[in-house]
Amino acid sequence: MPLTLAVRDRKRSPEPPVAISRAASAVAVAALVALPGCDGIHITFLDPQGPVAAQQRTHFLIILGMMAIIVLPVLVLTPWLAFRYRYGKHNAYKPDWNFSWKWEVLLWGTPAVIVVVLGVFLWRNTIALDPYKPLLTSGPPIRVQAIGYDWKWLFIYPDLGIATVDELAFPVGGQLALDLTSQTVMQAFFVPALGSQIYAMSGMVTHLHLAADAPGRFRGRNTQYNGMDFAQQRFEAVAMRADDFDAWVQKVREAGPLDSRARAILAAQNTAQEAAQNLGVTMPLRFGSVPPDMFVQTSQPVAAAKP
Amino acid sequence: MTLHQFLDTAFGRLGWDALPFWEIVRHPHDGKAWLNGLIASGAASLVVFGALAVVVMLTRRRWWRSLWSGWLTSVDHKKIGIMYVILALVMLARGLVEATFMRAHQATALNDTGFLTPEHFGEFFTTHGTIMIFFVAMPFLTGLINYVMPLQIGARDVSFPVLNSISLGLTAAGAALVMVSLVLMPFSTGGWSGYPPYTERSFNPGAGPDYWIWAVTLSSLGSTLTGINFSVTVYKERAPGMHFFRMPLFCWTALCTSILMIFAMPPLTVATALLALDRYADFHFFTNDLGGNMMNYANLFWLFGHPEVYILILPAFGVYSEVFTTFSGKTLYGYRALVLATMCIAVLSFGVWMHHFFTMGQSAELNAVFGISTMLIGIPTGVKIFDWMLTMYRGQVRLTVPMIYALGFIMLFVIGGTTGIVLANPSVDYQVHNTLFLVAHFHNMLIPGTLFGMLAGYTMWFPKAFGFRLDEIWGRRAALGWIAGFVLAFFPLYGLGLLGMPRRLHAYVEPAYLPFTVVALVGTLLIVAAFACLCVQLWVSVRDRDHLSVRAGDPWDGRTLEWATSAPPPEYNFPVVPTVESKDPFTHEKLDGKALQSPDDWQDIEMPRNAALGLVLGLVGFLGCFGLVWYMWWLVVLAALAGLGAVIARSFTRNTTKTISADEVRAQYMEWLENVRALPLTVRSQESSRANNGRAMPVMKEQQ
Ligand code: HEM
Repeated sequence: MPLTLAVRDRKRSPEPPVAISRAASAVAVAALVALPGCDGIHITFLDPQGPVAAQQRTHFLIILGMMAIIVLPVLVLTPWLAFRYRYGKHNAYKPDWNFSWKWEVLLWGTPAVIVVVLGVFLWRNTIALDPYKPLLTSGPPIRVQAIGYDWKWLFIYPDLGIATVDELAFPVGGQLALDLTSQTVMQAFFVPALGSQIYAMSGMVTHLHLAADAPGRFRGRNTQYNGMDFAQQRFEAVAMRADDFDAWVQKVREAGPLDSRARAILAAQNTAQEAAQNLGVTMPLRFGSVPPDMFVQTSQPVAAAKP
Repeated sequence: MTLHQFLDTAFGRLGWDALPFWEIVRHPHDGKAWLNGLIASGAASLVVFGALAVVVMLTRRRWWRSLWSGWLTSVDHKKIGIMYVILALVMLARGLVEATFMRAHQATALNDTGFLTPEHFGEFFTTHGTIMIFFVAMPFLTGLINYVMPLQIGARDVSFPVLNSISLGLTAAGAALVMVSLVLMPFSTGGWSGYPPYTERSFNPGAGPDYWIWAVTLSSLGSTLTGINFSVTVYKERAPGMHFFRMPLFCWTALCTSILMIFAMPPLTVATALLALDRYADFHFFTNDLGGNMMNYANLFWLFGHPEVYILILPAFGVYSEVFTTFSGKTLYGYRALVLATMCIAVLSFGVWMHHFFTMGQSAELNAVFGISTMLIGIPTGVKIFDWMLTMYRGQVRLTVPMIYALGFIMLFVIGGTTGIVLANPSVDYQVHNTLFLVAHFHNMLIPGTLFGMLAGYTMWFPKAFGFRLDEIWGRRAALGWIAGFVLAFFPLYGLGLLGMPRRLHAYVEPAYLPFTVVALVGTLLIVAAFACLCVQLWVSVRDRDHLSVRAGDPWDGRTLEWATSAPPPEYNFPVVPTVESKDPFTHEKLDGKALQSPDDWQDIEMPRNAALGLVLGLVGFLGCFGLVWYMWWLVVLAALAGLGAVIARSFTRNTTKTISADEVRAQYMEWLENVRALPLTVRSQESSRANNGRAMPVMKEQQ
């Protein structure tokens, strides 16, 4: 079971070695049945589109497989015991039997062994998939600074000097290196098909690394409830081929600047669409230039009361 | 003072816009405003007319006096227990209706539609979560422990009977505050966990979060006091010979839960109090600015929140232990192991709180440590499951209603345990945190775990409390309905969570989600039907109570002390405090022919007198908190003074006990005993039939 992140090529991604429990495959099947209905946007890690999500799915299936060792006997034996020892005359009745070392060792031992095994997986995968760490095997980082607003995300590309709202493009060869903060209440940034979620909090910065295996579109959203239009706070992450990405950057550069008026509109409670309307531009909402210190400013601890 | 100023002072910030139909007045041409206004007004009128109907009925039947002296001012642990359970069942009805609305909404919310406004949906999940935890599960288990534990340890009452009624008063006051928020809106939209900064004044200046803060604060104070009361009772009030290791397992779980309450509730009280300081007095504990930090809230809240889930589950484990041993006619397998496992769980539960926010950005190593400590809890829990299964092994298993709940519990709970282990792995939690997978997981623990346990206990001890059994057929319908409904309502949510659907979502655009939400709605309707079965069951059983009578007190061939006394038991529980010589003392008495003896040394019994303090403090707590919510400062001051006055006045009362004479006790007991001795013994095949008169032939004798 390779626990490194050397799984960029999906074909090489490790298949779960343990017998996958029925439950697991049922879930997977249910998910896959549901997938075609998603107009090309990938929404789940059960159909992983990046190395992190792929490893998370593998880990998930391993856990289900291991737990099946406990679950299946319980599911089978419980009704059997109730039926076999149902009320009536039977010789097996032993009203005072209440202890056996043999059973006791088995009862404590089995879960303990399973927990030890799962604990090893847990430790190694938690360290390996630490969202703060760059993905060892994916390409060069594309730095993105994400700011959570009510109810949209602003993505600043500091090295390119551009910014977008609810649109997160990146080249397939590279990996997204995200810094996150919130301009408002706590939020959680999540692109399930690619990998982990992480909170974004005011006055603090968190980090996250994600990569995609192939060009594609992935559903992203805020998962931490933050008020009326929480449900609308979704975005699309798009992995593009390098030349498409360059072309996309050129297009974004043509958009207007993220000036103080735009900042005020973003800071108000609205969705991306409403913000674009208020700015008098069409969706997608993009900015050709950004004040260089915008993210640092936003993520500073706030010294004075916000309005 | 002008009229305007006067009104401002009198009503604080309470205005017309607090009325549930105000949205309709404001947007008379908006269909959604109409629909939501009507739903809200319907709920509000249910509260108002429901309360009115109760008042009218009490008046017409002239029940006020007996309500006052028999119930409201009673400090009898049994009556208090029953009142807790009634509170829980009433609130459960409301919680269920809210759940149904949420499910119906999500089943129609594809492409950002759905009939509820986002505000309304937010209030629904917040009130539902708050009610189900603080005003259903907590009062239910507190009620059961209250009723059963003192009887099981052979005590006459809890250690602090008046404190007991104060706890009830405070809890009921919290529940009343949540009910009033239906009439004078709004409630919070911040979820049952009330995370700041969202619940801070800068983002939510209205009354909603304040309702939540004070309702939860009242309930947490009540629970802290309950914890102290129960644990002291277990330590101090056990009958002679009732060593710790002879206590029924339910008492052990009651003890562990009480200890958890003592240590876990104060962090919650502190968290809500600090949040209140932020909101009322411009402090900055959890604000975004001036050094506030919401991460402190997250830690405080879950320092309460995680032990809380074990507070909720342990008493249910206790009930299941009693159910399995009673209805298998066999001693509990691995009693000591079960005690040890319970203790392990109680201790470990304080070391795992961080798994509620693996995604907050702390180091991977820290996450891994908390992940592993979380998985460790799986070991004692797994052991318990197997111990219950081995209790059935070579037993005499009867599929009565409590047993149906218990079997459903075991099979569903291992599935919930599996998803719990999934969530304990930080790297996987990064995928399913904040999604419906999590919602499915905790309902999987709370419904088959806690709620089924409470319903099993309710069915098992109802005949003890009222002298007649609950109708078996309707009980089975309800139990099977709950099980099937649960599966349909919550297994789809696992799927939705894996498909990336977040919790608390009022609209979505992914067509893949639709079929799951529809199935979940069907399941929820089935649960509602099961709840209706419970109501019918109660009604049918009261109607047929003469046929279902088990006055002899032992309908299930019980093994522990509570079954040795009459049903319902006298106020003083036991005519003579029993002396215990073994585990399962009543079974041994029955087998040795020592049951139903008449003791020879009769003594006067001293019992606590009624006290109105609990009622007064509950009322005062409610009014004071209501004043705080709406900034009616005069009401707050008045309530505080009244509360203080009541406590002082009570401390001058010297005459706090009454004496029941030995003769009276003897007369009562002998009359009962003669009646019982005249009854034929019932065998277990008659358990669910009308032949069950509450005088049981031990199943062990039957088999000889
Ligand atoms: C009996 C049937 C029940 C149904 C159909 C039901 C349904 C729901 C639904 C639809 C939600 C909102 C999920 C979301 O966030 O999208 C929810 C949340 C919740 N439920 Fe239940 N529930 C039930 C019983 C219970 C019980 C018995 C408890 C506790 C003892 C409980 C505790 C909670 C909690 C704590 C939340 C979270 C609220 C929040 O997000 O802050 N529920 N439930």
